[in-house]
Amino acid sequence: MHSLITEGDAMTASAASGMSSLAWLLIALPLLGAATLLLGGRRTDRVGPGLATGLSWASFAVGFVILLQLLGLAAEERAQHLALWSWVPAGSFDLDIGLLVDPLSVSFVLLITFVGSLIHVYSLGYMEHDPDKRRFFAYLNLFVAAMLLLVLADSYLLLFVGWEGVGLASYLLIGFWNWNPAYATAANKAFFVNRVGDLGLALGIMTMFVTFGGVDYETVNEGVANANQSTLTAIGLLLLVGAAGKSAQFPLQSWLGDAMAGPTPVSALIHAATMVTAGVYLIVRSHVVYDAAPDAALAVALVGAITLIFGAIVGCAKDDIKKALAASTMSQIGYMMLAAGLGPVGYAFAIFHLLTHGFFKAGMFLGAGSVMHGMNDQVNMRRFGGLSGFMKVTWATFALGWLAILGVPPFSGFWSKDKVIEAAFVGEGWQPWVLGGAALVGAGITAFYMSRLFFMTFHGEKRWTDDVHPHESPKVMTIPMIVLAGGSAFLGLALGPTGAITSWLEPVVGEHGEEHPVLAVPVILTLTLLVVALGLFLAWRMYWRDDVPEVAPRGSVLTRAARVDLYQDAVNEGLFMRPGVHATRSLVFADAKGVDGAAGGLAALVGGLSSRLRHLQTGYARSYALTMLTGVVAILGVLWVIQ
Amino acid sequence: MIPAAMPSEFQAVTVDYLAIAPMLIVVGGALIGVIVEAFAPRERRHTVQVWLTTTTLLVALAVLAVWSRDHMAVTLGGSIAVDGVALFLQGTLLALSVLGVLVMAERFGGVGSDAFTPMGASTPGSTQESVATRAGYATSEVFPLTLFAVVGMMIFVSANDLITMFVGLEVLSLPLYIMTGLARRRRLLSQEAALKYFLLGAFSSAFFLFGAALLYGYSGSTDLKELSRAITTSTGDLDALLLPGVVLVLVGLLFKVGAVPFHSWTPDAYQGAPTPVTGFMAACTKLAAFGAILRLTYVGVGANRWDWQLGVVAVAILTMVVGAVLSVTQTDVKRLLAYSSVAHAGFILVGVLAFSQAAIGGVMFYLLAYGAMTIAAFAIVTMVRQDGSEASHLSQWAGLGRRHPVVAGSFAFLLLAFAGIPLTSGFTAKFAAFAPAVESGTTGVVMVVVGVLASAVTAFVYVRLIVLMYFTEPVEGVVALTPSIPSTVAITVGLAVTLIAGVAPTWVLQLAGNASQFLL
Repeated sequence: MHSLITEGDAMTASAASGMSSLAWLLIALPLLGAATLLLGGRRTDRVGPGLATGLSWASFAVGFVILLQLLGLAAEERAQHLALWSWVPAGSFDLDIGLLVDPLSVSFVLLITFVGSLIHVYSLGYMEHDPDKRRFFAYLNLFVAAMLLLVLADSYLLLFVGWEGVGLASYLLIGFWNWNPAYATAANKAFFVNRVGDLGLALGIMTMFVTFGGVDYETVNEGVANANQSTLTAIGLLLLVGAAGKSAQFPLQSWLGDAMAGPTPVSALIHAATMVTAGVYLIVRSHVVYDAAPDAALAVALVGAITLIFGAIVGCAKDDIKKALAASTMSQIGYMMLAAGLGPVGYAFAIFHLLTHGFFKAGMFLGAGSVMHGMNDQVNMRRFGGLSGFMKVTWATFALGWLAILGVPPFSGFWSKDKVIEAAFVGEGWQPWVLGGAALVGAGITAFYMSRLFFMTFHGEKRWTDDVHPHESPKVMTIPMIVLAGGSAFLGLALGPTGAITSWLEPVVGEHGEEHPVLAVPVILTLTLLVVALGLFLAWRMYWRDDVPEVAPRGSVLTRAARVDLYQDAVNEGLFMRPGVHATRSLVFADAKGVDGAAGGLAALVGGLSSRLRHLQTGYARSYALTMLTGVVAILGVLWVIQ
Repeated sequence: MIPAAMPSEFQAVTVDYLAIAPMLIVVGGALIGVIVEAFAPRERRHTVQVWLTTTTLLVALAVLAVWSRDHMAVTLGGSIAVDGVALFLQGTLLALSVLGVLVMAERFGGVGSDAFTPMGASTPGSTQESVATRAGYATSEVFPLTLFAVVGMMIFVSANDLITMFVGLEVLSLPLYIMTGLARRRRLLSQEAALKYFLLGAFSSAFFLFGAALLYGYSGSTDLKELSRAITTSTGDLDALLLPGVVLVLVGLLFKVGAVPFHSWTPDAYQGAPTPVTGFMAACTKLAAFGAILRLTYVGVGANRWDWQLGVVAVAILTMVVGAVLSVTQTDVKRLLAYSSVAHAGFILVGVLAFSQAAIGGVMFYLLAYGAMTIAAFAIVTMVRQDGSEASHLSQWAGLGRRHPVVAGSFAFLLLAFAGIPLTSGFTAKFAAFAPAVESGTTGVVMVVVGVLASAVTAFVYVRLIVLMYFTEPVEGVVALTPSIPSTVAITVGLAVTLIAGVAPTWVLQLAGNASQFLL
């Protein structure tokens, strides 16, 4: 399949020098902020948010300087390893902790710190009146630190620490307004679904430890050559389970829509730009494993293809602006997973799409937050409409994000998504037709539902409720939106056609060689633009030209199914929850009778033994002396007999 | 029989003064302390003694670290070996003693040390005692006594000769017997503890001496190196003397570490002794005795270890099991920690029995880690009071976490270290001691399995105490006194060592590893 493609070997990392040796600062700065704000308590109420924002920017600055340093080096020297800590260097057991600074991790670092810092700034305005905003900023900083740890880790174990850290921060932020029980439930749901994924990742890491004798990237990458195929496939599938949980991929996608309960900046940061892309990072970081296990890679691609269609369909029916965007995120990450599953031909484009998506989706989420800000926190798009005249900046920035996600040239999404679609058409047999077809159809549906969202919100008739007075948001919120819109417009152009992104990532993910899609590239391009135009046209006809009913019509079977996430919750409930509850009940019973009985019995035995032995401690020196004498005689006697 | 090598006339032994300088400094400090006791005015005595004692110990430590380190030698006619092991253990001893002395110096605003009776010779509850209290007497003799004990311990860990070892044993024990009986409160209990400790200590010394005599009879020398040579070149005539000799000498040493079945004195003495003395005893006596055991078994009688090893293995297993099991039903914090120290002695024995160089390093690391956490733990016990006296009953510790989060938090951290939870020195130490045991063979593996199970039992005990401190209603009237700067320093250092040796143990492990070489 990859006959024309040189498979990428992992580059070996040299010891960190210069600025890279300060890479720990990237994580330490936001962590310091979180610690200060959480431990400082009310005293830091006033300075806290500003401090958190400043530290986040400081982290970005460090990341930027590291980028400059790496750019000054030859491509093959751009991987630098920073050993931080070595715990118990004894015998066969050692636990080393270090950071890996290479083009892949630096790409993520810049995305996380830049978008993250912008969102910090935006939150200064968005959360201005929240009485508990100090805690909010502490969690944001905690999240940034954990996410940076995840991408900078030099081993799967440390990655797992970051992985759990972002899970924790995400849980805290989704449930930030936990006085609302529905929000608290949403936080719990995200938590539980993620546990399933984390279990997969944990099992994957354990399998790697057993197979390779270590879980740092270097050991794993070196060990792959000697491992057998089925073990590698198993590892690949387990990692995929982990990735699917974190990145809301089929079948573990159900939590993402509910996670929109969190404050909107959270949705923009965690559930659009950064955390949900961790799964893609995991797959690309493990590319050596997937290169050697084509079946697992194919599973990744299929999961991506299914999710991109699934998310797109769900997105068409959602009336809640944030849930529609969440469905769109799911679908776009599907594209990235698909690309990552395609092998060396797709890795760079998976990351490329991830970066551009980080900008345009975060921008649109912030735009949605701005709309909600002006509309009394309403989210129902059926009660929006005609906002373009009232919120000009929001409208303009959102429009750029919208054009980008549609893949209209020359905006960012065009350069990245089009490449993914092209790559999906590479291959032999049924695969290019199915994967490429899905990617193509997905592009059309994306155009439809994103245009629907855009038109329902900003154009058409005003369908406002009586008490709203839409107004533009303050500058502190619009400026981050403008910056992100700039990224939505030009980032793709800057990185894509110049070849910057592919050559930058090449040392890590390998050369992607020359590709030959089953259809000619211009044909794919034309088809894509055609389906996008079709989707756009349909949306225009239904949601701009025609009136949008204020109450959702009953709709077709598909619409109704899409509204309830294609019955995903019902499936989960029927398949997992109910049997799970039964299994839990019987387990609890068995636990109470069996395990607790055994443990209790053991404890009683120890306790009883202890009470008996206590009587030997009489307090009389003579009996102590007798004990000693008996001991000496016994030991001597036994030794003599043995001798 | 006169050995052929016996010199015809007296020869003066050569002394490497730099090698033994730390010991000489401590002896000097102790002697000056006695003079201070006689001449310094009463109201200034406490302060002078504390300064003198800590300075002496620190100077000795500095001399050891700067000069003695480069003067490793077997000196004083072969009776003292200042080698890597001796230096590491002596250094650790000096450092731990400083912490111990700082805790002993705690006055809580009174005239003399808070833990010690104003007049040790008075009958508890007598008029004489209350007169002494009112007059502001103080038993500042404990400080020179401590220094004498430290000298004994330093000799003990470097003794290369059975006689010297015995001298060390007695020099360290006699002051401790006295110090055990000097508690300010519950004096009868304290005096009883001292008497028991003395009687049983004398009993064990007799075992040691008897064993030493048998070994002399076997080898014709008390020198450990000669003993080792005699074992390897044995003709078999006197073999019947060897095994009882080894076992009896070992019994004398195992008594000091509190190994089962020679542990009975431990809980009583630990409970009765003034709490700072208990901490000092638990940390330093154990360290010194294990130093002697290491030297005796590795340098002296290692050659025929297959004959006696099984006996010590049995003792190690018994020690771990009995220590862990008995800690379950304890209701007094000090007795609980006493049984915990018994269990820890078992864990350390597991390391000793691995008979490898890695094991020496591991055991030494364990002794350092355990010493630091023990002194800090007992220092915290001195602070928790009800109606002026130490609240040592477990029920009095209920809800301490709510009233005094820092005190309870520190104690909880130390308990986790005792339990051997990762990221505390307790875990690293257990790992360092157990890993060589696992590599040493089946017996080692069996002991480690027992050790891990025993750890689980003790972990239950410690966690139960943590739960008690944090999840129950506070008891009325129980307070944690605010410690003075010296004991705060001691506790902080103890906590810091426990944390650092758990989080970043590399440096200490390497130091212990590099020092784990006996000079022959």
